[in-house]
Amino acid sequence: MPAPVADGLVIAWRTLKRVPRIPELAVFAILQSIMFVVLFAFVFGGAIPLPGGGSYREYLMPGIYVQTLAFASITTAIGFADDMTKGIIDRFRSLPMARSGVLSGRTLADVVYTLGILVVLMLSGLVVGWRVHSSVGDFLLAVLLMLFFTYAMAWVGVYLGLVAPTVETVQQLGFLIIFPLTFLSNAFVPTETLPSVLQPIAEWNPISVLTQATRELFGNPSPSLTDSFPSEHPFLLSVLWTIAILAVFAPLGVRRYRAIDR
Amino acid sequence: MSRVAAIEAEGLVKVYRSRKTEVRALDGVDLEVREGTVLGLLGPNGAGKTTTVRILATLLRADEGTARVAGLDVRKESQAVRKMIGLSGQYAAVDENLTGRENLWMFARLYQLPGAEARRRADELLGQFGLEDAGDRVAKTYSGGMRRRLDLAAALVGRPRLLFLDEPTTGLDPRSRLGMWDVIRRQVREGNTLLLTTQYLEEADELADEIAVVDHGRIIARGTADELKTQVGGERIEVVVHDRERLSEAAGMLATDGSGSLDERTKRLTIEAHGGAQQLVEVVRVLGDARIGIDDIAFRRPTLDDVFLSLTGRAAEELTEENGE
Repeated sequence: MPAPVADGLVIAWRTLKRVPRIPELAVFAILQSIMFVVLFAFVFGGAIPLPGGGSYREYLMPGIYVQTLAFASITTAIGFADDMTKGIIDRFRSLPMARSGVLSGRTLADVVYTLGILVVLMLSGLVVGWRVHSSVGDFLLAVLLMLFFTYAMAWVGVYLGLVAPTVETVQQLGFLIIFPLTFLSNAFVPTETLPSVLQPIAEWNPISVLTQATRELFGNPSPSLTDSFPSEHPFLLSVLWTIAILAVFAPLGVRRYRAIDR
Repeated sequence: MSRVAAIEAEGLVKVYRSRKTEVRALDGVDLEVREGTVLGLLGPNGAGKTTTVRILATLLRADEGTARVAGLDVRKESQAVRKMIGLSGQYAAVDENLTGRENLWMFARLYQLPGAEARRRADELLGQFGLEDAGDRVAKTYSGGMRRRLDLAAALVGRPRLLFLDEPTTGLDPRSRLGMWDVIRRQVREGNTLLLTTQYLEEADELADEIAVVDHGRIIARGTADELKTQVGGERIEVVVHDRERLSEAAGMLATDGSGSLDERTKRLTIEAHGGAQQLVEVVRVLGDARIGIDDIAFRRPTLDDVFLSLTGRAAEELTEENGE
């Protein structure tokens, strides 16, 4: 096995090994998402009419999944910032290992970790009445699309973890970026209910297009009254957004990592 | 002793810039460590010790100057340098959520050892560092001394010929410190080259063949421990007399050459001790005969402060704003 791959796998192993050792991280990530499910499915849901009808809970769950993926990048960022402050990144940098391994291993591990969280959330979704009405192929395609997005977001996390001076800053910064992103989207409410100024933002938002793409792939209700470009081509836009995020943040992260020695 | 230089540095300069301040952490550091010897970098916090080590260990790029480790340029041949060195810092850089064994296995794999050999090496090091019982516990549960030993073990995974130890005993209790010294001495016996930073003259004295004193990013003195101590003046005896009025009288009797120093406020008299314990007995006898009451009497080894006092005429000061330390 070439060194970059082997070293990346060692780092991924190490990152995943931590998950059961700090169970509160995964538990809180899941609880936070479940709290949103309860809040929207049982508290606000009754007040949110879906244009064109359909089950709000089936509409909601893909939004919850995508929101969780976006938040997973904060976990990446916190983990990386923690490694930076604890000196373990220095240790890695003093070893004759492939430098890329630290970043590729971390991002790979975070995709695997997020997949685990996603499985738990889908099971909770089934409990509250979420169902998949499409084929196995479409279902798998939706999951793949979400994992691809997770991978790109993990690079955003790596970059944040590298630039922020402390773990606390990362946490604050992450929430400041991800929260508005998920609320200015169709994750919880149809974008038609938003003020007209915000509508285009919400429609082009990567969270929205990915949510809509997965809704369609799962066969869940995906109402859209407008015939704007994003609502017509959610799958294409999800892929493009993900590639764009990756194309910006992966080189940024790598460059920043290489510049630690300055 | 071989004459080959394991570490050579010339004119290292490192400036840390932030928006408002500019700190010259290194201001032209020259170093040479011969193969198989131990160099102790002695200095207060913020003097530039850690910055020097980080540059030599390829973690940090110098703004000016060149450095070669094992004959390799730290900047242009950094990956080759990393194969030759082991680094252990003042903060134990191990994964606290992995067990000791897992940590060592991971580092061994990253040193490109094959899986089975990595496992063997981890076991071997756990045994060597007295961690075999704790090997399967998560490092988070380790005491400070154990973590530091694990960190040093991690530095040795790749059997480096050159070891950088950045304040290996800072923050350790005296017993753990002695344990750490034993471990370090074993490395020296095995013929490895060591660069060790410390704030303790005693530690440099115990472990190093040669000492370089660092202050404000420069090396202000170098020599063997004995040479430095001659400069500083070796051990001292401190006597606190009971009656303040009789302090100078005591000084006249004990430091006939006028080498003693007096502190009126604390009623303390400090004299140089050349005669060891016998001199202590002598002091007690002389003062007893003169019926000068003694509140306290002790041997004191010269500290970093004494070194600085004698080299620079001022006490060692801490620079808090330096990022590198």
